Amino acid sequence: MSNPLVDMQKPDVIFCIGTNMTECHPVAATGIKKALRRGAKMIVADPRRIALADLADLYLPIRVGSDVALLLAMAHVILREKLYDATFIDERTSGANAFLEHVKDFTPEWAASITEVPAADIEKAAILYAQADKGAIFYTLGITEHICGVDNVQSLCNLALMTGNLGREGTGINPMRGQNNIQGAGDAGAVPSNYPGFQPVTDPAAQSKFEALYGRKIDLEKGITKVTALDQCGKSIRAMLIDGENTLVSDPDRDHCEHALRSLDHLVVIDIFLTETAALADVVLPATAWGETDGVCTNTERRVQRLRAAVTPHGDARPDWWIIAEIGKRLGLSGFEFDSAKSVFNELCELSPIYAGLDWDRIDKGEYQWPVPDKEHPGTPILHQEEFKNGRGLFKVINYRDPAETISDDYPIWLTTGRRLQAYHTRTQTGRAQGIDYLLAEESLEIHPTDAAERNLKDGDWCHLSSPRGSVRVKVKLTDRSPKGTVFTSFGFNNVPINVLTGSGYDPITETAELKVCPVRIDPA
Amino acid sequence: MVSSQSSNITLDGEPVSFSAGETLYEIAKRQETIIPTLCYDPRLEAFGSCRLCMVEVDGIRNPVASCTTKASDGMVVRTTSPAIEKHRKVLLEMVASENPDIAVDPLRGYASQELGTLVDDYRADTGRFKGRQSGQSFQDDDNPFILRDYDRCISCYRCVRVCAEQEGDYAINIRNRGFNTQITTEFSGTLKDSSCTFCGQCVQTCPTGALADKKAMRAENDPGEIKKTRSVCPYCGVGCSVDLLSKDDRLVGVQPAMDGPANQGALCIKGQFAFDFVQHNDRLGSPLIRNEAGELEKTSWEIALDRAADGFREAMKTHGRQSIYGVASGRTPSEADYMMQKFIRAGFGTNQIDNCSRA
Ligand code: SF4
Ligand code: SF4
Ligand code: FES
Repeated sequence: MSNPLVDMQKPDVIFCIGTNMTECHPVAATGIKKALRRGAKMIVADPRRIALADLADLYLPIRVGSDVALLLAMAHVILREKLYDATFIDERTSGANAFLEHVKDFTPEWAASITEVPAADIEKAAILYAQADKGAIFYTLGITEHICGVDNVQSLCNLALMTGNLGREGTGINPMRGQNNIQGAGDAGAVPSNYPGFQPVTDPAAQSKFEALYGRKIDLEKGITKVTALDQCGKSIRAMLIDGENTLVSDPDRDHCEHALRSLDHLVVIDIFLTETAALADVVLPATAWGETDGVCTNTERRVQRLRAAVTPHGDARPDWWIIAEIGKRLGLSGFEFDSAKSVFNELCELSPIYAGLDWDRIDKGEYQWPVPDKEHPGTPILHQEEFKNGRGLFKVINYRDPAETISDDYPIWLTTGRRLQAYHTRTQTGRAQGIDYLLAEESLEIHPTDAAERNLKDGDWCHLSSPRGSVRVKVKLTDRSPKGTVFTSFGFNNVPINVLTGSGYDPITETAELKVCPVRIDPA
Repeated sequence: MVSSQSSNITLDGEPVSFSAGETLYEIAKRQETIIPTLCYDPRLEAFGSCRLCMVEVDGIRNPVASCTTKASDGMVVRTTSPAIEKHRKVLLEMVASENPDIAVDPLRGYASQELGTLVDDYRADTGRFKGRQSGQSFQDDDNPFILRDYDRCISCYRCVRVCAEQEGDYAINIRNRGFNTQITTEFSGTLKDSSCTFCGQCVQTCPTGALADKKAMRAENDPGEIKKTRSVCPYCGVGCSVDLLSKDDRLVGVQPAMDGPANQGALCIKGQFAFDFVQHNDRLGSPLIRNEAGELEKTSWEIALDRAADGFREAMKTHGRQSIYGVASGRTPSEADYMMQKFIRAGFGTNQIDNCSRA
């Protein structure tokens, strides 16, 4: 997030797109509800009439995967109505001319034909957002899990840049992260393109720095992404170490994934349960769980906080860092002699400019948001205040593309997937919490009553849901939260392995899977 | 303060400056002067219903509620006097008499000890006004999370206000007034059939334990002291601060940290109630390796780690260093992620590492 969570109470206009915040980030959503009580206005764009839409002043029921078209037309209207912030554009951005020229072609009428949102509502949304003194954008996986995920995010940046809604309290572009330390995983360098602290692996200076620190030559080329690595299993990739991830249930195209992991020569999985993924491994190493482990995590607003052990680890479980270090030592590597989580974290701080002012003891109270470049620095709640990381905010010229697969006579319905309030990810954790079943005992397919009637399906009936990659059986739940022609389900239940169906395409830049859009067919079971 | 004519009040004989809008209670709190409260929760709009926080102000005939009274220049305020203390005691006796008993297990909720502590401090006689009781327990609500023991309700409405003002769900409300007051959902039914999201915030603000954490209460009779450990919720990226409650090395419950920088006392159903995966029977307790028969079998750390390392050494030898790939997690602590990338980069000199943010 460019802005802190407390800022969520402060905007005049809130634009939520592709985020089912009341279910996925309920505590963050309370901030928005407070802003609304204070009189803020809210625009919600989402294919489904989610609970957030009920609170909105303007709800845009966009067709799945059509976000770029909507955002282009909003930019068009802001330009036409001269509601852009000329001073901000002059002083802080570059590439504006090409962008403003580009959006002239994309009228709300054009977007209406793609998004299925009335042109008048697109105009209203654009004017509302652009006229805000403080306009803030919030999004989650509904924006990124598309073949055009990067285009979607960039289109949101364009809107914020042209209206000057960045670098101030109550504004910004704010992705809500889905896992408690997904930010920290990136910060720590667990990505193919960056060393810890987002130092690019392709930067020779960063390379020499880490070569000196780690005592060996390291490639200047980026690694491949996990998606490509799965494709390469049994070919160029022969051995994998997977820590704490149930790849098989969470990743798209499950059959492909299982086949990939089975074709490895060597698979080592570290986890707290024998997950579907761990069950395929040659070696399974039991890790200590949350509540048993001291450590650090970084939240969606870049706040670095301590996790603390409350109870003794289960059985013979050990901390992840210890397990990985022990494997390293057995390969004869030096620099793996750590005696505590503290010593590991402090090494991370020493190597990362964004954590340079931090150490284990300083983050005791969790008051720092990175970047914290030195020990005197108070932390950075709001990014881009004086200038952008690379000087000027860059406009990008973006074009709308159709999803990788579009509906057809064989697969006439859009399937979109997500999470539910009571369940988390692949349910390895919430599925084992007593009482959760009382509220969420089983998965269901949310379908519009008309779509159900056309297929002779009643509430609670079983159906077969099929895509070109496979078929699953699931109970239907009739609701007009799903628009006609679009159905919804979550990927949390192993007995409804929805990711057997998904996986039609990937974003060419991030290789994020298009989990949000998949044409399907529905037949009574 | 920037204003030229500085604003001051006299608090228990001491001059104290204040900023516009501050209440007498807030000023006293700042001065570390303790005023008893029951209906007050610093996160909520002051309500002024319990009258326990009353103070004397020169020139005003009756005592005023300090939680709702804003300071004005020159006020002379006394937070305690024999008359006030007597009044508070009587109030507490009336409130306490409505309840079956006052002592409740602290596992019921974060604020559950507030009434009991005050009754003790004031040596209030809880039997003095017996026979009048407001609120009826709602025994039929079979939800596994929230006990609705309204026999202990003192009508401070903190639950209703936290649900509206903090959670924004408006799931519960007040029916009737006076001794017939009852906290209820829209259709007087179960919470499951209301707009309740089981965030638990009403439980944690209740000052008597009338609303209580059923999951934590399972451990009421377990031996051992309650230990609180400050940590961060394991679920989404908001990063709510929590206190883990444990008893004799068992994790028995979770309470929100009222001073949590990301959540200020809020949690959702997952953070509040979905903690018992930690000490679940399904947990992996020892390393496993695949045996000759192709099955996973238990083994020692030494054997498992050797086998893990051997496989990577083997892959490097036969297929080169690019053939080894690491997948880190967005749910493990940063130390695990750091080690994973160090293992790949220092071990094989490649950047063959990613995490699960893409899925
Ligand atoms: S649990 Fe949360 S949503 Fe339900 S009544 Fe209590 S405060 Fe309201
Ligand atoms: S309590 Fe709920 S909102 Fe807070 S971090 Fe946990 S899952 Fe997220
Ligand atoms: S605390 Fe002031 S009236 Fe209750």
